[in-house]
Amino acid sequence: MKKLEKFSSRAIPLPIDDIDTDQIIPARFLKSVTKDGFGDNLFRDWRYDKAGKPVKDFVLNDPKWDGNILVAGKNFGCGSSREHAAWALGDYGFKVVISSFFADIFKNNALNNGILPIQVSDASLHKLFDVLLATPETQLHIDLENQRFSVDGHDDLTATFEINPYKKMCLINGYDDIDFLLSIKEDIEGFEKARLFH
Amino acid sequence: MAKKTLFDKVWDSHVVKRIPDGPQVVYIDKHLIHEVTSPQAFYGLEARKLPLFRPDRIVATADHNVPTKDQHLPIKEELSRIQVSKLSENCEKFGVELYGLGHPYQGIVHIIGPELGITQPGMTMVCGDSHTSTHGAFGTVAFGIGTSEVEQVMATQCILQTKPKTMRITVDGEMGKGVLAKDLILHIIAEISASGATGYFVEYAGSAIRALSMEARMTVCNMSIEMGARGGMIAPDETTYAYMKGREFAPKGTEWDRYLAYWKTLPTDDGATFDKEMHFDATIMRPMVTYGTNPGMGVAVDAAVPKAADIVGASVSSFDKSLAYMGLKSGESLNGKTIQNVFIGSCTNSRIEDLRLVADFVKGKTKADHVKAYIIPGSKQVEKQAREEGLNIILEAAGFELREPGCSACLGMNEDKIPAGEYCVSTSNRNFEGRQGPGARTILASPLTAAASAIAGKVTDIREWLN
Repeated sequence: MKKLEKFSSRAIPLPIDDIDTDQIIPARFLKSVTKDGFGDNLFRDWRYDKAGKPVKDFVLNDPKWDGNILVAGKNFGCGSSREHAAWALGDYGFKVVISSFFADIFKNNALNNGILPIQVSDASLHKLFDVLLATPETQLHIDLENQRFSVDGHDDLTATFEINPYKKMCLINGYDDIDFLLSIKEDIEGFEKARLFH
Repeated sequence: MAKKTLFDKVWDSHVVKRIPDGPQVVYIDKHLIHEVTSPQAFYGLEARKLPLFRPDRIVATADHNVPTKDQHLPIKEELSRIQVSKLSENCEKFGVELYGLGHPYQGIVHIIGPELGITQPGMTMVCGDSHTSTHGAFGTVAFGIGTSEVEQVMATQCILQTKPKTMRITVDGEMGKGVLAKDLILHIIAEISASGATGYFVEYAGSAIRALSMEARMTVCNMSIEMGARGGMIAPDETTYAYMKGREFAPKGTEWDRYLAYWKTLPTDDGATFDKEMHFDATIMRPMVTYGTNPGMGVAVDAAVPKAADIVGASVSSFDKSLAYMGLKSGESLNGKTIQNVFIGSCTNSRIEDLRLVADFVKGKTKADHVKAYIIPGSKQVEKQAREEGLNIILEAAGFELREPGCSACLGMNEDKIPAGEYCVSTSNRNFEGRQGPGARTILASPLTAAASAIAGKVTDIREWLN
């Protein structure tokens, strides 16, 4: 897994609630047997029309928007457990998703792929949408070590965010869970020996 | 002794290790895999030069990509064929039991686990599929995981997870005629919203839940994820044991007695506390339909589509976008809306009881000419039983066709898709934009509502057809 370091970027707003993983990557694009190339079909049915032409005013097609931070409405990533959603976001170039609420499985999938989900209050999220819509060039700064994010020119939006300390350590160092689990193999075997059922 | 919930008892007995300030290491008893979310995990194992830690704890099937006609022929669509054959190749190479196409046990992963007795009370189960919550109907801690987690479980039989909070949803009272388990869960999701149970593991309790058959309980637990819950569970009872006894992989003889004694210790202790409790009255529940693009957007079939302002926390723009996609307006009723498709199937409603209900209802009636109907059994075993009971003949006489098992039109990943702009009354679990095919408009409902709508050619209130 790639390390996630301190960085600054512009952000792309997608002010829609309940964006499910079928929108992030529709099921018909899940047929690959590798993890690569999913970014081409990220938000496929919002991004392209039926003839495969880019939908002009969709944020990913509009040159006004740029950056590797996605800012999305509440309950982002609900629905299917498909990790392809996280692969598609990562492959497209997103390193951070900001929302006021994330679905559970998506959050784990994102963290397992070096993508940081940052949860902010509903009020902050709406303010952030307003700021971005008014001034698309606004820079955001992400500091995982100090669990802090800030927005140029809007000190009131500066906030700290929560992240599980173990997951933070993994993101900063680029470790994954398998490395850890393999290191406690003896505990797992001991647990198996002591079981009475199943 | 501390009073514990069903969830706590099962979860705590599977914790191998607790990481300070971190997730817990949870041992997984059964790991179900399918063709879509496993190839990258197998690839990851190979890249790390790791074997499967416990191959005998994994069961595989092919379901998402498979056609539901002519399964004896090669899959026409190339990418689907490659994905399904990759699964066979990986299972062969790594020594995993595979119930692939052509096997008498093949079927939707969440249908075959219970019907084979693989799913058992007190177990932990995972699968790279969010509807793994289905297995919770047996008092199992079962939840969907991503592919990195599939790889973790393959490599170590364990998964790192933060322990979820607990919620109990108690449903008391008797449901009215024509109201099914599907209506019960759609009613609950409409109340709680598509995100209202995020962070929780739900236990369903109360007299209305106790009265449900195992298959109906699976329908309820299946849709737990649609309100954001990681999983849903129902305490095992005599209904559970009667369903399980004699199934292929269920304990036998003295082992059965030993397990039964253990299973009886699992139900939530009197006085155990939950992080959240909710109560519902089953007597007021009506047949449900969805009008929007997430399963929380549901109403009783005879009620009007609400306005954004009627829904707590709804954003007007997201709500309006959803109605525009569906071609519906606030204030109109879905009852009487002309439809073009009906889909009866999916891990939510494709078991033998569902097919019996549908066959019993359509017997002597005729499907509306303009409706294309898909009736898809959940597994080869369900299909076999339906044919043995003659359900296929009843269905055919009414203008329907019983096809072969798979996920089918639930997710638009195989040949069965709903055309853009058309309505489909569907017994599946998700009405997301494009879920059943690009531009498809899904109306979630029970198998009875779906069957009656196929006959009527429009969305209909099943209660008007009974008596």
